[in-house]
Amino acid sequence: MSIHGAIITGIGIMFLFLGNLGILRLPDVYNRVQAGTKCTTLGAFLTIIGVGIMQPGWFWKTLIIAVFILVTNPISSHAIARASLKAKVSLCDRSVVDKTEEFERYREKV
Amino acid sequence: MSEITGKENHKVRNFLYLFIFLIIIWLALTSSIQWQELTAGIVISLFLSFILSKYYLKLGFPPLSIKRIVFFFIYIGVLFKEILSANIDVAYRIIHPKMPIKPGIVVIKTVLKQDIAKMILANSITLTPGTFTLDIIDDILLIHWINVKTKDVDEATRMIGERFERYLKIIFA
Amino acid sequence: MNTIVIIFLAVIGAGILLGVLRMLIGPTSSDRAVAVDTITTTVVALLVLLGFIFQRYVYLDVSLVYSVLSFVGLVALARFLERGI
Repeated sequence: MSIHGAIITGIGIMFLFLGNLGILRLPDVYNRVQAGTKCTTLGAFLTIIGVGIMQPGWFWKTLIIAVFILVTNPISSHAIARASLKAKVSLCDRSVVDKTEEFERYREKV
Repeated sequence: MSEITGKENHKVRNFLYLFIFLIIIWLALTSSIQWQELTAGIVISLFLSFILSKYYLKLGFPPLSIKRIVFFFIYIGVLFKEILSANIDVAYRIIHPKMPIKPGIVVIKTVLKQDIAKMILANSITLTPGTFTLDIIDDILLIHWINVKTKDVDEATRMIGERFERYLKIIFA
Repeated sequence: MNTIVIIFLAVIGAGILLGVLRMLIGPTSSDRAVAVDTITTTVVALLVLLGFIFQRYVYLDVSLVYSVLSFVGLVALARFLERGI
């Protein structure tokens, strides 16, 4: 095993942990989605690529899994966030601006 | 050959795009070039792209050229840099004991026309520092921003969408 | 090498526990769905890592199928949430 792969995997695992911590700490659904998508996407990407570097025979397969996660993870989180917007989940009280109504007016105009 | 109409041309192009994409995935999944596996892959890819290529017509793929491919690779580099800075930014906000967040929902505009270009832009915005695409109608995007710096539409467009649109405009011109 | 592997597994396990905690206390159903999304991505990475530790190639296939199924399942769940439970 090569030391580079182990270091990349370690960084990825740190980001995975931070993503889950963000899910627990941040105040409302939309902020949690932000932490959840960004940190876990990069974390899983780096972990899987790191395993591919440690085990060179597996590299192409791990690359496929990593790119698949990189493409689909934002889509599934976007679907959940949009669904919670439609179900009228409210923002937390630290929010400074909410332009959803302006957007809904535009939707009716079209 | 010259009497192929524009629409026929479009169909053939979509077919080829899908076929090449499927073959690349097949090669990476099997990771062998024995002729039995390769033949099976070619037959399955031909069959699937023959059935499915008509559903991709309205996405609006542009014709292929060297300039587009070069700019696409530059775009991927820019995207990776933004993903890294986004993660460091979000990690800092999570670890900090007081959580320096200032969340809000803002609206931005885009100049892109094709559906596929808008999809790539929305996914890129989701992966970059502090922003998250919630919804889209025509050329208006609804964005959740974890650290709101401005409430004005044009200013927000310049701060969020500009750095990707610059490249996507050339790729999907 | 053994120590590094144990540290990696412990950190991932702690992360999954935090996600499960959010899934248990989440005030709305959307919160729980977001927690499930995060946990499934973490588990895909964990499966690939376990495949490396046990030296079994088949774990990669398992994780690929798991990620495809979790993507489809979460999109279906989002369609369900949209109506407001």
